[in-house]
Amino acid sequence: MLVLDNIHTHYGKIEALHGVSVEIKKGEIVSLIGANGAGKTTMLMTVCGTPQASAGRITFQGRDITHQPTASIMRSGIAIVPEGRRVFPGLTVTENLHMGGFFNTKAEISKSQAHVFELFPRLKEREDQRAGTMSGGEQQMLAIGRALMSKPQMIILDEPSLGLAPLVIKQIFEIIGQLRDEGITVFLVEQNANQALALADRGYVLETGKIRLHDTGKNLLANPEVRKAYLGG
Amino acid sequence: MPDFLYFLQQLINGLAIGSAYALIAIGYTMVYGIIGMINFAHGEIYMIGAYTALIAITGLATLGIAWLPLILVVALVCAVLVSSSMGWAVERVAYRPVRGRHRLIPLISAIGMSIFLQNYVHLAQGSRNVGFPALIQGGFQFGDPDSFQTSISYMQITIFVATLVCMSALTLFISHSRIGRACRAVSQDLGMANLLGIETNRIISATFVIGASLAAVAGLLLGMYYGSVDPLFGFIAGLKAFTAAVLGGIGSIPGAMLGGLILGVSESMTSGYLSGEYKDVVSFGLLILILLFKPTGLLGKPEVEKI
Repeated sequence: MLVLDNIHTHYGKIEALHGVSVEIKKGEIVSLIGANGAGKTTMLMTVCGTPQASAGRITFQGRDITHQPTASIMRSGIAIVPEGRRVFPGLTVTENLHMGGFFNTKAEISKSQAHVFELFPRLKEREDQRAGTMSGGEQQMLAIGRALMSKPQMIILDEPSLGLAPLVIKQIFEIIGQLRDEGITVFLVEQNANQALALADRGYVLETGKIRLHDTGKNLLANPEVRKAYLGG
Repeated sequence: MPDFLYFLQQLINGLAIGSAYALIAIGYTMVYGIIGMINFAHGEIYMIGAYTALIAITGLATLGIAWLPLILVVALVCAVLVSSSMGWAVERVAYRPVRGRHRLIPLISAIGMSIFLQNYVHLAQGSRNVGFPALIQGGFQFGDPDSFQTSISYMQITIFVATLVCMSALTLFISHSRIGRACRAVSQDLGMANLLGIETNRIISATFVIGASLAAVAGLLLGMYYGSVDPLFGFIAGLKAFTAAVLGGIGSIPGAMLGGLILGVSESMTSGYLSGEYKDVVSFGLLILILLFKPTGLLGKPEVEKI
């Protein structure tokens, strides 16, 4: 579904990704793990076209999106839950959701919204509250809900568990599993490697801008190298 | 009683001018809210709106059309069309090519745009001030005919009504329409709006166009109110409206409205009770005072963010 072929990304003169190749198939959960500064977020953002790859090719559903502007990539069936959630703080929960479904008809929006409220009943309770005044966990739910509003084929999640209470993290991971059951392909970046790999069909390990390992989630969890570096022994 | 009537008179005059300032100030505050920069050519866009309205009025007069509502509507439509395309062009020429560079660069290109537009009007329309026909005359008077009488002219009422209509329409648009919601989202997190598939460039253009349209309305109104225009017409009004926007809290639309009214009233009160010479001293003094105690302006507030 999504193929990154030998992707290089630069920030100015500094190269952050040194030829990364990743493939994600339809209906999979693929986790990308790696240390701080390995280039995980850069890789996700390169898929979204900010920044654009300086070399290599990205295709989504067979279509070359390497040099497409961000807005049109994001309208082609990809949605992102970015690092730090980035909900619109001054907009209410409903307004944030409507921004997610900006290009859909009113009927589609109310249908997706009902679905999001079903997944996250907490959001329904906070319907008219400004997003900036909610807790981190609620904001994370809102960010996921907003991404679902566009009815994406693939959803990219960047560190959805960051800074959240264990109970909320559990809930978020349950929802991610549920998304796969609904047929949405999931590309997940996590520092919380244990949970991310346990949930994933396949995983990639990124180290200083290069793919170091690639295997099924189970095998990576059992891999002594991975255990030592990312799972605390 | 005469004292009160005198005060009322100053208040009415101040609110009239203040309404027009508020209309112009919206343009500054919306553009700042979205791209974090001041549109220094906004005063010129307002001035061009006034000139366009004048040209339309003169044109209709030569055609022998004298029906007032038609004249006003045509003048308004022409002014809004020309000013809003100017606003759009200013963004395309002076802002978009240099967006993302050092903050000083768009500032300089916008000042360049302002100088260009001002001098273009100098060349095309002459540098002398041109009379603007007082299309709306007459008014009400109340109070004792032997002592001070308060008067409200129909022109002032027109300013109040037009401002009220524009502000209500804008408020409804921003708070309830799809594009208005996108404007707010883009002003809070432009990159994220882009990641939702929104063409942020179009939203940015839209704010320049909306601001310019309101400035054109103010151009027509103040042209008629003052009775003349000249190529520097936009300079002082732009400065005042900018002050109003900062006073109310730049980036906040209700702030711009409030700032405009406060500035207008404080100016007319100073003219009425002290001397007209002091009105700029008082308005800029007020700005300094408010910024000292409330650096974000009256209604501007630091963003509430929880991480």
